[in-house]
Amino acid sequence: MGSRASSLLREEEIEEIKKETGFSHSQITRLYSRFTSLDKGENGTLCREDFQRIPELAINPLGDRIINAFFPESEDQVNFRGFMRTLAHFRPIEDSDKSKDPLVPEPLNSRNNKLLFAFRLYDLDKDDKISREELLQVLRMMVGVNISEEQLGSIADRTIQEADQNGDLTISFTEFQKVLEKVDVEQKMSIRFLH
Amino acid sequence: MGRDRSGCVARSALLTALVLLLCCPVAGNTAEQESHTEHGDSHGSNDTSFHIVTFRWEHVQAPYVIALWILVASLGKVVFHLSEKVTNVVPESALLIVLGLILGGIVWAADHTASFTLTPTVFFFYLLPPIVLDAGYFMPNRHFFGNLGTILMYAVIGTVWNAATTGLSLYGVFKSGIMGDLDAGLLEFLLFGSLIAAVDPVAVLAVFEEVHVNEVLFIIVFGESLLNDAVTVVLYNVFKSFVEVGAENVEGLDYFKGIVSFFVVSLGGTAVGILFAFILSLITRFTKHVRVIEPGFVFIISYLSYLTAEMLSLSAILAITFCGICCQKYVKANLCEQSITTVRYAMKMLASGAETIIFMFLGISAVDTEKWTWNTAFILLTLVFISVYRIIGVILQTWILNHYRVVQLEIIDQVVMSYGGLRGAVAFALVVLLEGQHVHVKQLFVSTTIIVVYFTVIIQGLTIKPLVNWLKVKRSQQREPLLNEKLHGRAFDHILSAIEDISGQIGHNYLRDKWTNFDRKYLSKIMMRKSAQLSRDKILSVFRELNLKDAISYVSEGERKGSLAFIRSSSDVNVDFTGPRHSVVDSSVSAVLRESTSEVCLDMQAVENRAKSPKDREEIVTHHMLQQHLYKPRKRYRLNYSRHKLVRSDGEKQDKEIFQRTMKKRLDHFKPTKLGNNYTTKFKNMKKERAAKKKHSNAVPNGKLSTHSVSFQVKDSEAEDPSDGGINFLITPADNGSDEISAGIENPSFSVEEDQSGFQMIPPWVSNEETVIPSQRARLQIPRSPTNFRRLTPLQLSSRSIDSFLLADISDEHPLSFLPESSM
Repeated sequence: MGSRASSLLREEEIEEIKKETGFSHSQITRLYSRFTSLDKGENGTLCREDFQRIPELAINPLGDRIINAFFPESEDQVNFRGFMRTLAHFRPIEDSDKSKDPLVPEPLNSRNNKLLFAFRLYDLDKDDKISREELLQVLRMMVGVNISEEQLGSIADRTIQEADQNGDLTISFTEFQKVLEKVDVEQKMSIRFLH
Repeated sequence: MGRDRSGCVARSALLTALVLLLCCPVAGNTAEQESHTEHGDSHGSNDTSFHIVTFRWEHVQAPYVIALWILVASLGKVVFHLSEKVTNVVPESALLIVLGLILGGIVWAADHTASFTLTPTVFFFYLLPPIVLDAGYFMPNRHFFGNLGTILMYAVIGTVWNAATTGLSLYGVFKSGIMGDLDAGLLEFLLFGSLIAAVDPVAVLAVFEEVHVNEVLFIIVFGESLLNDAVTVVLYNVFKSFVEVGAENVEGLDYFKGIVSFFVVSLGGTAVGILFAFILSLITRFTKHVRVIEPGFVFIISYLSYLTAEMLSLSAILAITFCGICCQKYVKANLCEQSITTVRYAMKMLASGAETIIFMFLGISAVDTEKWTWNTAFILLTLVFISVYRIIGVILQTWILNHYRVVQLEIIDQVVMSYGGLRGAVAFALVVLLEGQHVHVKQLFVSTTIIVVYFTVIIQGLTIKPLVNWLKVKRSQQREPLLNEKLHGRAFDHILSAIEDISGQIGHNYLRDKWTNFDRKYLSKIMMRKSAQLSRDKILSVFRELNLKDAISYVSEGERKGSLAFIRSSSDVNVDFTGPRHSVVDSSVSAVLRESTSEVCLDMQAVENRAKSPKDREEIVTHHMLQQHLYKPRKRYRLNYSRHKLVRSDGEKQDKEIFQRTMKKRLDHFKPTKLGNNYTTKFKNMKKERAAKKKHSNAVPNGKLSTHSVSFQVKDSEAEDPSDGGINFLITPADNGSDEISAGIENPSFSVEEDQSGFQMIPPWVSNEETVIPSQRARLQIPRSPTNFRRLTPLQLSSRSIDSFLLADISDEHPLSFLPESSM
């Protein structure tokens, strides 16, 4: 199989991705062409450099972290499945996604999973808690240069104070969910994928 | 207090000067007849004697009057801007119209003739082209073409809808008899509808500068006002000829021809514009040796495109707009920095001046009682209809468009769009162009148009800002959001932007990629100078700016300390960067970074809604701080197009800072990785290619640079197009035994024989492989391994000048096209 042929998407794959992520057929093909256009090495996977090549990400404060979110644990390549899996978090929530059956795992784009995605961006050491240090790091990335360290520290402290309920000076995922309960996460973390 | 008083004195002085000035033209008018005879009689016996000094008014009359009016208009602007309070509330255009009214009144009172009016010829040939060229040249291309579908829909369908509905409704009302007896038929009303329907670019921009809207909205209204010219021209001409021919003689074929003519006019005008843009770019490619007249070419050729389209009865506005849009990139690449600045400033000056004159003359032209025909019903109904139909049209179209758009248009956008649909001088000029014999109600139309223009510009211009503010305040949350919500909400915005970019959802990426490839392979080769081609769109100019700034500050530091290292020798320019480098680095870096000033916190609600206890106060402070300093996500940038200033948008500073950080982090990240392992085979292959032609790149830190020879080569040789994409992190082995990074960065100010200005395009440290040395600062922070000091340098750099204005241009085609587009 030549490298070109192996990179074509087969129907079964599309079906599987569809089931897993909930994207429609046309969306999947469109995103696949985007995937291939990013994949300069033409080997069917994306490495970090491929993402870094996107100019807009360099001026996004959280750009690098988001790139990391695509790559599974300690791997440096992501295939199309993984790519779609991450993108699936941002699909708008539709009624068909909401099922009352507690046994069925939540679709990737549920509110909880969206929040979990964001939570994982903050939580670098993966201990399911956002410590003050981690929050400071994110703050530093998101804030301009005019703000001093003490001010940043005080903002971080207040933020933790607001959210912390069990007094351990870290934000756990449940606390994270609670403090954002009034935010319309469905709207803020969804993009309309073109058909 | 003292300042106020002196301000008042200054103002009144200027006002009196104004009044005096405008007496001159009046006096001039009356004087011209007598001057002839006076000379003969009073100054001497007969005409054969020699007059030492004579007063020859008629000799200079025409240019003198013109110059005087321009002066008066500009002085009026100066006077307005003396008072901040007034200009905050009243848009400048309104003030100018009022000034024109006053002046016109004075002239009329003195002379009882309306000697100065806005004639269509002057308007269409001299006043309108600079404004439209300015709009086209500074058009943010990426946003424009990204939203082109929307813009076209509003421009074409919206204008047709407006024209049809207004004309038909007026006709319907006329039929019902309220308007009384008018000698007009359906065609006349349709004609009127077509000329009053078009949104005017001059007026829209004048008002939108006061109202800060988001970029999408701005570009839509802006683009719409420019592109609807084709529709207006076609409709106007079609109905005008129908009216002249007579309603009875219109055949079905003529309707069909009208539709065809729309396509011909619009596409033809665009084609003419593009053709002239091509010619212009081609010419500027060769003007390296006649740099002083370079700016002239831009104006002359663009103007020629306008006139050519006008000659062929195509849409001249479209021609000059697209000429400006298409030539932007190549002109900016080809021209030297000073020429670029000259072009910008001259264009702004012409456009601003023309706009001032237009509005003033709009005021003056109204004062002519002969022209006035009043018909209450007609005028009132016109005003009502155009507003109502615009609102309906906008709502309908937005509803349809939102199905296809990724970035939705919200209610507030629609309000601004409908309310911001101003009519202006174009409508006025068109109506004056009508011929009285064919259109018997011309005077009525003229008066109505004047009233409509005044209404939209003054009333709507005055009220749009408070309206928008009210709406924004109303829409904002009643509840004060938590710190967490703000912070995480902003994080979500950033995440969303990133995901949008990754998934390629924004803007028609596929087309854009295809276009950039085509442009890169063919067009740029033809139209850009060799030097520009080599170094275009490689690395972000921020990096280069950093390098330049560092280099310059080192030099000045060194010069101050009298270091011998900075004395150039003919053989090598080895600049020794030892010594107080560290502090210099810090100061230069922080100087670069500290350019931003903290933005005004507009979060006044937060302040008001909170109790004033100390704890709350602390919270307020924290909220404020966060609000002020959080980076904005992409959607909230403001496009700062302004006819009157050359502004640099906030987004650039933010972009710079974030980019520097990101790049540093990425460089740091690559540092500890074992070389070669993490790199795909492609990089290795490229490296092998490179190795074949590789000279010791300038990454060699010590020892002298062979940059002289290398850079000359770069300049003269037909270097191959660097065709690979991506950040090619090239591993350049560097030998560094000593602790110093005596980097031998060739200092631009010391490059001897090189053509200085030509070299501004290529920073001197370009080698054959177009590697660039990261600035001293970046180097310092990459700790070195003791033995083999390997460094990674990002490849290629940008020739774009660091001119802050042009930084905005980078985001035109790609935001930060430093990263070369894919060539696949």
